[in-house]
Amino acid sequence: MSDTARSIVEPGKRAKRVAGLVVAAYALVTLIPILWIVGTSFKSPNDAIAYPPKVFFEPTLEGYVNVFTTRSRQSPEYMESLPPPETWYDKLVRQRNMVITGPSRFGDRYLNSLIIGFGSTFLTVVLGVLAAYAFSRFRVPLRDDLMFFILSTRMFPPVAVAIPLFLMYRELGLSDTHLGMIILYTAVNLSLAVWLLKGFIDEIPREYEEAAMVDGYTRFQAFRKVVLPQAKAGIAATAIFSLIFSWNEYNFAVLLTSGNAQTAPPFIPLIIGEGGLDWPAVAAATTLFILPVLLFTVLLRKYLLAGITFGAVR
Amino acid sequence: MLPPNPIKIGAAALGAALISLSPLASSEAQGEELTLCWAAWDPANALQELGKDFTAQTGIEMNYEFVPWTNFADRFLNELNSRGQLCDLLIGDSQWLGLGAEFGHYVKLNEFFEEEGIRMEEFLPAGVYNYATWPKGEPEYWALPAMGDAVGYVYRKDWFERPELQAAFEREFGSELAVPETWDELLQVAKFFQGRKIDGRERYGIALYTERGSEGITMGITNALYSWGVEYADPQNPYEMEGFFDSPEAVEALEFYKELYECCTPPGHSDAYMVANLDAYRSGQVAMQMNFFAFFPGIAKDEDVGDVSGFFVNPRQNVEASVLGGQGISVVSYSDNQEAALEYIKWFAQPEIQQRWWDLGGYSVHNSVLEAEGFEESTPFAGQFLEAMSNVRDFWQEPAYAELLQAMQRRVHDYVVADEGTAEEALDKLIEDWNFTFEMEGKK
Amino acid sequence: MSTPKPQAPRPRRRGFSDRSLAWFFVGPSVLLLLAINIFPLVWNIYLSFTNYAANRPGTPVRGMGTRNYERLLSQEDVWESLQHTAHFVTWSIALQVLLGFGLAWLLSRKFRGSGLWTTLIVLPMMLSPAVVGTFWTYLFQPQIGIFNAIVGLFTGTTEFSMIANPNLAPWAIVLVDTWMWTPFIMLICLAGLNSVPRDLYEAAEIDGASSWRQFWTVTLPMVLPFLMLAVLFRGIENFKMFDMVNELTSGGPGSVTELANIYLKREAFEKWRTGYAAALAVILFVTVFGFANIYVKVWNAVKQR
Repeated sequence: MSDTARSIVEPGKRAKRVAGLVVAAYALVTLIPILWIVGTSFKSPNDAIAYPPKVFFEPTLEGYVNVFTTRSRQSPEYMESLPPPETWYDKLVRQRNMVITGPSRFGDRYLNSLIIGFGSTFLTVVLGVLAAYAFSRFRVPLRDDLMFFILSTRMFPPVAVAIPLFLMYRELGLSDTHLGMIILYTAVNLSLAVWLLKGFIDEIPREYEEAAMVDGYTRFQAFRKVVLPQAKAGIAATAIFSLIFSWNEYNFAVLLTSGNAQTAPPFIPLIIGEGGLDWPAVAAATTLFILPVLLFTVLLRKYLLAGITFGAVR
Repeated sequence: MLPPNPIKIGAAALGAALISLSPLASSEAQGEELTLCWAAWDPANALQELGKDFTAQTGIEMNYEFVPWTNFADRFLNELNSRGQLCDLLIGDSQWLGLGAEFGHYVKLNEFFEEEGIRMEEFLPAGVYNYATWPKGEPEYWALPAMGDAVGYVYRKDWFERPELQAAFEREFGSELAVPETWDELLQVAKFFQGRKIDGRERYGIALYTERGSEGITMGITNALYSWGVEYADPQNPYEMEGFFDSPEAVEALEFYKELYECCTPPGHSDAYMVANLDAYRSGQVAMQMNFFAFFPGIAKDEDVGDVSGFFVNPRQNVEASVLGGQGISVVSYSDNQEAALEYIKWFAQPEIQQRWWDLGGYSVHNSVLEAEGFEESTPFAGQFLEAMSNVRDFWQEPAYAELLQAMQRRVHDYVVADEGTAEEALDKLIEDWNFTFEMEGKK
Repeated sequence: MSTPKPQAPRPRRRGFSDRSLAWFFVGPSVLLLLAINIFPLVWNIYLSFTNYAANRPGTPVRGMGTRNYERLLSQEDVWESLQHTAHFVTWSIALQVLLGFGLAWLLSRKFRGSGLWTTLIVLPMMLSPAVVGTFWTYLFQPQIGIFNAIVGLFTGTTEFSMIANPNLAPWAIVLVDTWMWTPFIMLICLAGLNSVPRDLYEAAEIDGASSWRQFWTVTLPMVLPFLMLAVLFRGIENFKMFDMVNELTSGGPGSVTELANIYLKREAFEKWRTGYAAALAVILFVTVFGFANIYVKVWNAVKQR
């Protein structure tokens, strides 16, 4: 933020300190739920349903083991008939009279989230940057109408398109495929991407490309070699927003995917342990699922703020 | 912290995504592989354990897709309606037979049964009727009875047997603290335990089904309705519900269930189905829980409450009746692996496998298992299971069942949990909804 | 939809003609949006006039005229769900505006560590709403949940249930949504506050305006367009709300948190009354579109000032 931008010209020391305290208090309160979930992921199932809630407990990895496996409870006689456990997680599970019957679906779902999230982000950025460049530099016929049309798709409630999309995907065989979900999320993200990127590209002086084209570059080469590197920050901001949306999306995922291309958000609510709602496992899955977003937020917060600022200004 | 280079990170991530995309986009099952779809619960894990046998015998790899009950219908009916190829075998709910048969989702099994000598006479009649046939009771089979089930109750035997508690109960109600045989007794016992301190902790009466989203509260409240002898409709005229489902008995049953919910469930027990009840019971919160027999093997093996649990069937009020659970296993008509799927059914129908199924914690309804010597003593709930299965009743099995169910979920939850209107009003509105559905179906 | 009229060719520059390049650049995006957004929308409108049921292959599709719409508008349940939606949207946004603007205002004082606190505060809005709904059911459990335990510390009672009590449940969803999305409004307001030119304040100060007056005459008018935009985004999103509430309360107890989109999802994908649900989707779409259009007009007026 530049020097000219200040709200109250120079707040006093005390005003600053009070502001700092209030904001810190809010931040801490708002973090409790997240911290509690991360903490719960290291609890044993019994500690997780203790009354009153336990703040201190003996940490265990059971929740994480449970997220990645399916288990079956067996009788003590059956348990004794088994050979000794081979791994630490086998051992952990057997303490509860259970045997691991196989891997759970969580790994697949997580992978799906990665594929669909990054795939659609990639496609969004590519299509978005092309369209934004054209809108910024060329006299596209009906440009303003087209721009508004692109924005208006953002207003559609997902349900208004979900019913026909369901039928359409069923006919095209796109139901429950990675490709289908990538296309869908790309379409949803495009509107924001075009608007955001156009703002950034508008800021790049035309003279740069024109100079390059005088040097013998074609328009396309100039776009690729001059404009793209300049639009880096805008591309990063767009990528972050697209990824956050497709990473977290639930409504379409729950209706259009099931066994093959289902992402993690519809899956996490379904994590149920043997004979009880397994809160540590749900918490573990949640923790693992927030990690990438958390990393993104912390590492790229500069671009995130730039993106929101731009989105608000334009 | 050094500023990261987002372009590089992005490029690396995209590269990874693209590489992994190509092989996964078409992950069709290759030849000898089957996917079996069912609910995520104890018996499914037992079936997975059992299925290792099948793979060993035939070399056909088994994959499983288990979804919790609260999302089960939503998810798999959606799968069937989108003609998905996810499931080769589906252990679908008993109420789905109508739509499975009429909308072409299931493969008809008559011919196959005949060829392979699988005889429906070898299964419990109630099982065949409810888990295999459509239209009901006709010899047209769309599934093999896979899992018998009904709603029963679990109670803390150790608490019921404590002398000081027995004495206190006697003082309060003038009768003996015993397993409830009628709903009035159930209410009494639940009231007794509600808020009582046992071993220094506050306990509650009973964990009931109250779930809103799928089928929970319907599966709970029908326990009462059936015990009061309520019929869905005129037996002579199957879609005429006035005077039957809104009878004084129905109103009384509904009011009774609400009273039980309000007085004797743990705090916040407003959206509870199977697993929530299990949790409440296993953590020592409640003295009794309503739940499907399917969970009883797991409870009996539980390290905390296994040894101190007893089991009883749905109490009677005017008649004896139980709510049906359980499913048949069907072959999905959109599957490319129907041959292998049929092979699985053939394997599963064998008496030895059925016996092992019961041993692992599944509920076989094969006569060879149920009539075997010592069956009733084989577990602490085997006798109750047979008793419950002898008087089971089910919700509508109509093709429009999901619509009928959703209406009931709403009307009953509005009345019992959100405390809106009266029982009469709830039932009147429900019948209005149902009439509309049947009119749209052209059945009225 | 809009077929672009050909325009007079504009000869310019070497290489690819700019016009063909323009189409090549814009075309894929427009095609994709047509296929995934516009075409389904039109189809949805068509379906809304039929009795089509997506789960019944082979059943003849009949035109219903406007009967789906008539039935919808005469249904008490539909109106109730719209009321629940209005309650949810109004209160969640009112709270978020208050908190979000307040936080942004404090943060704009640029005290030490404000960057760190901003990052921490932003975390909830990075989460998946469905996952948020799921784990808040756990936090809200009357006995084992942390929410009641904390409230109990201050009020002395944990004997209440945010989700089970029909009077509290509508506030539970407002609370969780506020927790999650206050940072969004905060960030946009912060952008607005940072865009206020310093000389405006200096001029006001020279005029001898108190800081309270500066707030009303300088800060607020400059930030208002930003704030209004944030409210528009949140308004549209919350009107469409499905995922978080569906996981948190599934519309219960009874139907007190059954928002319009939850009702719609049940009609469309549980009862499979496709045509009827399509009609409801149209009504919801028109509502949100209408409101958004009026709002954008007001917003433009505010921006021009």
